[in-house]
Amino acid sequence: MSAIATVDCDVLVVGAGPAGLAAAGAAARAGAGVVVLDDNAGPGGQIWRGAGAGVAAPDARAAAPWLDALEHPRVQPLAGARLFAQPAPGLALAETPAGPLAVRHVRAVLCPGARELFLPFPGWTLPGVAGAGGLSALVKSGTPVAGQRVVVAGSGPLLFAVARELKRHGARVLLIAEQAPRGRVARFAAGLWRWPAKLADALAHRAALAGVPYRTGSWPVEALGGEALAAVRVSDGRRVREIPCDRLACGFGLVPNAEPARLFGCAIAAGGAVATGARQETSVPGVFAAGEAAGIAGLEAALAEGAIAGLAAAGAGEIPAGPRRARERARAFGAAIARAFALRDDLRALARPETVVCRCEDVTRGALADQPGWRAAKLHTRCGMGPCQGRVCGPAAEFLFGWGAESVRPPAFPVRLESLAAAGEVPPGGTEGP
Amino acid sequence: MSGSPSPDALVVGAGIVGAACAWELARAGVRVSVLEAGLPGGGATAAGMGHVVVLDDNEPEFRLAKLSHELWSALAPELPAGAEFTRPGTLWVAADGEELDAAARRAAAYDSRGVAAELLDARQLAEAEPELRDGLAGGLLVRDDAVVYPPCVVPWLLDGARRAGAQVDAGRRVAAIEGRAVRCADGGRREAAWVVLATGAWAPELVPGLPVRRRKGHLVVTDRYPGFVRHQLVELGYLKSAHGTGSESVAFNVQPRPSGQLLVGSSRQLGVDDDAIDHRLLSRMLRRALEYLPGLARRHALRAWTGFRAATPDGQPLIGPWPGHDGLLLATGHEGLGITTAFGTAWLVADMVLGRPSPLPREPYLPARLAGSAP
Ligand SMILES: Cc1cc2nc3c(=O)[nH]c(=O)nc-3n(C[C@H](O)[C@H](O)[C@H](O)COP(=O)(O)OP(=O)(O)OC[C@H]3O[C@@H](n4cnc5c(N)ncnc54)[C@H](O)[C@@H]3O)c2cc1C
Ligand SMILES: Cc1cc2nc3c(=O)[nH]c(=O)nc-3n(C[C@H](O)[C@H](O)[C@H](O)COP(=O)(O)OP(=O)(O)OC[C@H]3O[C@@H](n4cnc5c(N)ncnc54)[C@H](O)[C@@H]3O)c2cc1C
Repeated sequence: MSAIATVDCDVLVVGAGPAGLAAAGAAARAGAGVVVLDDNAGPGGQIWRGAGAGVAAPDARAAAPWLDALEHPRVQPLAGARLFAQPAPGLALAETPAGPLAVRHVRAVLCPGARELFLPFPGWTLPGVAGAGGLSALVKSGTPVAGQRVVVAGSGPLLFAVARELKRHGARVLLIAEQAPRGRVARFAAGLWRWPAKLADALAHRAALAGVPYRTGSWPVEALGGEALAAVRVSDGRRVREIPCDRLACGFGLVPNAEPARLFGCAIAAGGAVATGARQETSVPGVFAAGEAAGIAGLEAALAEGAIAGLAAAGAGEIPAGPRRARERARAFGAAIARAFALRDDLRALARPETVVCRCEDVTRGALADQPGWRAAKLHTRCGMGPCQGRVCGPAAEFLFGWGAESVRPPAFPVRLESLAAAGEVPPGGTEGP
Repeated sequence: MSGSPSPDALVVGAGIVGAACAWELARAGVRVSVLEAGLPGGGATAAGMGHVVVLDDNEPEFRLAKLSHELWSALAPELPAGAEFTRPGTLWVAADGEELDAAARRAAAYDSRGVAAELLDARQLAEAEPELRDGLAGGLLVRDDAVVYPPCVVPWLLDGARRAGAQVDAGRRVAAIEGRAVRCADGGRREAAWVVLATGAWAPELVPGLPVRRRKGHLVVTDRYPGFVRHQLVELGYLKSAHGTGSESVAFNVQPRPSGQLLVGSSRQLGVDDDAIDHRLLSRMLRRALEYLPGLARRHALRAWTGFRAATPDGQPLIGPWPGHDGLLLATGHEGLGITTAFGTAWLVADMVLGRPSPLPREPYLPARLAGSAP
């Protein structure tokens, strides 16, 4: 009855970012047949996207050895393929431009990465205001910013990477506004010697961003403009400054993409990351998770976790000490970031009653304030019910109101009805346990 | 103070049925307390399609649905915007000559009982709904059938009940019914002259042996495609699916929401207790919809979910006393029609509490008819 394209493999890897590439390479070298799905046109994930296609990404050299994993004879990369359902254990459904695709697998490694936390403030929906990482991705793929005045605001080291990318493409970065207080940022910087690669990154950012003001203890309170952004108001808790600009790039840290893991039935840890053990195993036998989806700790953690998960999924016995040590070091870095760049309470007060929180369904903060929880909010205000399925407003509402996320139902992403219809028509394949 | 004190009632469950009962009783002067385990309107009421449809498969079903439809219509101007009350009408689609004959008989029957209905031939059907596939025989258009968004009606009804003096306790689960009292899971006990049991498909948990079974249904909602369909579209074979007793069935049933989104149904499944998506059945359901609306194939589905209907052996709801339980009134067993029939049900319940006559015969709905029959 299976009318749809079907592939079989030992190990399914979801996501071709650093974690997924490391997992695919490790699993293939350990002898497993691997299929790698990624919903983008090219591999590389958030940092290395475009590096393989000859685009002059600064990280191309670092990315190359990892991208090589996709050349391994036992690895089959599938670009533009988005996982949306798991109709049965050992069977994953992806949507591709050519139609639905079934991947029968014995084990799975979930590496879907993270997304930016975007907090609502008055004016955030104006054209010209964008997610920091989102804008940086747009710029990498050709959106012109040369000569434009840009303010970068939010929190965390990502702001530097984004500012640098914008500057490299000719933007005039007027300010980097970091919400974390000066003391915490200074302590974090002083501790960077423990991660020489990160220290080198930081110094390189600093050199590249010479002349761009970096202000700690500062955050955007309002974006101003009629049709489009004209200025941003930035507060330092005492004074508010108005800065005329063409673009505002905002990012308040990262949130794990836990949807694929929820779809597979994996337990989620406090903080929203997929819960994993020493071998990157999740609560579901045969399913592993690695990278930012399993905890926000940056590139090195993603690479180490991916390698461990790939080995474990391929059935390797011992996990070598190298990646285990790298993982611990990188996670310590992630913890240091979480401490230094914890979000201040002031940010919860930015949205006014009339400020839109859910953009898809036009739901304001005022409409949400009376709701007892996320489910009630969804049912009574339609918050999070639009095409983005709460991916943007969900984490924002969690931050604003302390609501917990809800379970994920298939399809995990909007898919064509014919794809969803196909999901029940493929016989399950691999059923072997771990 | 003179005379006997006004009666009081505990309404257990705040889905659309319990909320309508509380609202009706409170406005009639009854002192009402509502006990709801979870989120009001978060049960089957949140999972349903919200099609307010005057079904006519049999006389009792038709009477209760028609009365309820009139009550919905009377209320429509007062409903909050979020209730999204619209009247797209129902277009029953006939696939072949046989179904069209059945449609003609139903058109005549509707007409004779004061429900505006007209028969469409193949060309008129295609004009009314250009996205329907070619080769269909025609249709039956019931103009006044409506569509609502029930999760927003429930809080509105509860607010109305509160204004009339009712007390609403959300997050309080009832653990047992003890005569004219209930014991809550948190240990509290409440007494009242009447206990109205409106816990939908969960009713047998509190009254063991009640002939109510869970009938699971799936629904899918799409992205916004304004104008893609204009009426609630239902295949004429739907009644067979809805009233059949088989363990599993699907039928083509698509509803345009005011947002431009489409709700795609429907499936029925007995003997399944978990609420997970059943991909095999979901596929059958979607294939059925795609047979009628081929253009849906490339439209995007945003989400799928399931819900449980409270099914009774004879397809009629259970409204009234349950033999052997003094003071207990059942208001459950509404299967796939409880959004529609909530207000008629509430009316009957209030009549029973207040000792008033009812505008329609109660017998077909009285639970006693099924006492002794296995669930
Ligand atoms: C917007 C953004 C920008 C960033 N920019 C930088 C930067 O400039 N410099 C830096 O050092 N770090 C950056 N980071 C952090 C960076 O993501 C991590 O350090 C590292 O890349 C994490 O690797 P990963 O493999 O876990 O996830 P990712 O690199 O995010 O890779 C996950 C991949 O999985 C895909 N995917 C997700 N869900 C599905 C699905 N259902 N089906 C198929 N594929 C799916 C994603 O599209 C993505 O390609 C950024 C993060 C974000 C969110
Ligand atoms: C897929 C699907 C589509 C449907 N489409 C339609 C349609 O188009 N038109 C239509 O008219 N009908 C439709 N229905 C049927 C309709 O949804 C139901 O008949 C109606 O919602 C029943 O309402 P209720 O209040 O009886 O039950 P529910 O809404 O289930 O309410 C019962 C309440 O009782 C509470 N409860 C349970 N146990 C306890 C306890 N021990 N203590 C306290 N509280 C408790 C629950 O939390 C719940 O809130 C559909 C149903 C489904 C599943």
